[in-house]
Amino acid sequence: MTFGLVFEQLLNGLQFGVTLFLMAAGLTLVVGIMNFINLAHGSLYMVGAYLALAAARWTGSYLAGVGLGLAGTLLVGMLVEVVALRTLYQRDHLDQVLATFGLILFFNELVAILWGRAALFASPPSWLSGHIDLFTGSRYPAYRAAIIFIGLITALILWYVVTRTRLGMLIRAGAANRTMVAALGVNIRLLYTLVFGFGAALAGLAGLMAGPIYNVQPGMGELILIQVFVVIVIGGIGSVRGALVGAVIVGIVDTLGRAFLKPLMATVISAPAAESAGPALASMLIYLLMAAVLAFRPQGLFPARG
Amino acid sequence: MKTRLALWGVAVLALLALPPLMLALEQPFYIDLVRRIMILAIAAVSLNLILGYGGLVSFGHAAYIGIGAYAVGILGFYGVANGWAHLAVAIGASALAALAIGAVSIRTSGIYFIMITLAFTQMLYYLGISLAEFGGDDGMRLKTRSQLGFVDLSDPVAFYYLALAVMLAAVVLTHRIVNSRFGMVLRATRSNEARSRAVGFSPYPYRLVAFVIAGAMCGLAGALYANHTNYITPGLMDWKESGDLMFMVILGGMGSTAGPVLGAFALLLTEELLKFLLELVSKDWVEYWRILMGPLLVLSVIFFRRGLAGIFAKPDA
Repeated sequence: MTFGLVFEQLLNGLQFGVTLFLMAAGLTLVVGIMNFINLAHGSLYMVGAYLALAAARWTGSYLAGVGLGLAGTLLVGMLVEVVALRTLYQRDHLDQVLATFGLILFFNELVAILWGRAALFASPPSWLSGHIDLFTGSRYPAYRAAIIFIGLITALILWYVVTRTRLGMLIRAGAANRTMVAALGVNIRLLYTLVFGFGAALAGLAGLMAGPIYNVQPGMGELILIQVFVVIVIGGIGSVRGALVGAVIVGIVDTLGRAFLKPLMATVISAPAAESAGPALASMLIYLLMAAVLAFRPQGLFPARG
Repeated sequence: MKTRLALWGVAVLALLALPPLMLALEQPFYIDLVRRIMILAIAAVSLNLILGYGGLVSFGHAAYIGIGAYAVGILGFYGVANGWAHLAVAIGASALAALAIGAVSIRTSGIYFIMITLAFTQMLYYLGISLAEFGGDDGMRLKTRSQLGFVDLSDPVAFYYLALAVMLAAVVLTHRIVNSRFGMVLRATRSNEARSRAVGFSPYPYRLVAFVIAGAMCGLAGALYANHTNYITPGLMDWKESGDLMFMVILGGMGSTAGPVLGAFALLLTEELLKFLLELVSKDWVEYWRILMGPLLVLSVIFFRRGLAGIFAKPDA
């Protein structure tokens, strides 16, 4: 276990973390501001991955795929909000869970009909397929590095929009008191649709960037969605800062656990025992982490005010 | 009230009469189908105790089906065929898991509770996948079905009647719990937490006990389910199974202890109906039945606010 290997896995963890963050940021805003629990957020991640892949194949250009994928997810998100979800804001969480659960079934099946159930292979563009040199003897895939870069830039932009612009001010005001904001003459329904649409686009961005690394297949959204829930619970609902910290923690803990738990355990217990216990424990690690955080801070690490 | 009891009486009689009828018509498929529905109905009845009466929106109830099923599978794997041991371990292990999961999750509420119960079930799902000895991702055939002595579970009809009996017992038990002093406190904490605190009842222990009872009852359903499919797989703990259980409770209407049974039949028969209709169009379309089911479920949430029972019931007082 050399330093270079650990460092590379740390970067992988960070890369997974920023993917989780892009998902969590959109979801935590929707959950925190609209008090709406949206299981179909994972479907938007899947839709982003598929749309980008299909558009890239159709146009032959990776960047066109990214652009069309983002715009498509934004549109799909706003459409879903207007058609199905808008009537559910005043309902209880149970109804919201059930309705968005129905949406997941629909989207998974729609994707399976359009593109088949088998996993599709998406490749990174040629200009990102190489490696970059970190330091002597250690190289890192350029594509993963690009994901980290885009993710961190997006986090910065998001922070700026939420805390420094008029739109962000309205979003925060809507979270604090919806009725009051509406009474001041702001079209809160339009605002919600916009927030939902941009949350969808962020999920789509996460999905289309994850495409070349993980499999593009129906149901891919739910696997990450549940990990995103863990992120949000750890970070605190409604807090973008909490989402960032939670996502990086979860990404790194999960990645390092999968990479090093087995060899580490083999030094303490017998190798065959570690062979079976290591992966089991590694896959449970983030959930145990969540339980530990909740035991001490039931509202998460950075509970949103109000 | 009397007509409702009479309706349920007719329903039970119909369920009693189904196996000989289907055997006469040479349609054993329906015996299997209804048996599966009844076993899942037990799980839905148990979920209703915490969801309908406790107000705890648990999105992880399939965990206990999985634990109950794995108890049967793992004991059988190590050569223990005694069905009573299977059931005892299935119920005990589910209760313990519910105690651990509940102790952490009931400290939270609202959206947190939903996400956390879902996350813990996902954790158990991954645990099931990583158990390579017991089939891992693919699952494993039971080495032996539970040997209960008085009823042979490999006999489809005998097992059918056992499932029916357990389902009715689960409904009656839940009914007694809900109408006991314990159940009244549980319902009080749901309808007004602040007031129930004010009259001296801390919700936490009541909710936790209800959570454990529901988990144990669902573990029993899991043990039966493993015997029904003769197979265990991590897929039993998939989050979609938890969602299905919630839908059974909601479709049946949360207001009555027997409602989830109605919901289980409604949900799973709709599934069969959709497959049947799609098969009429084209054989290739059958596998895509969910594309119709999804929107149907969304519409049912938006329009049937109080479940199927709500269509017949009087409006809220």
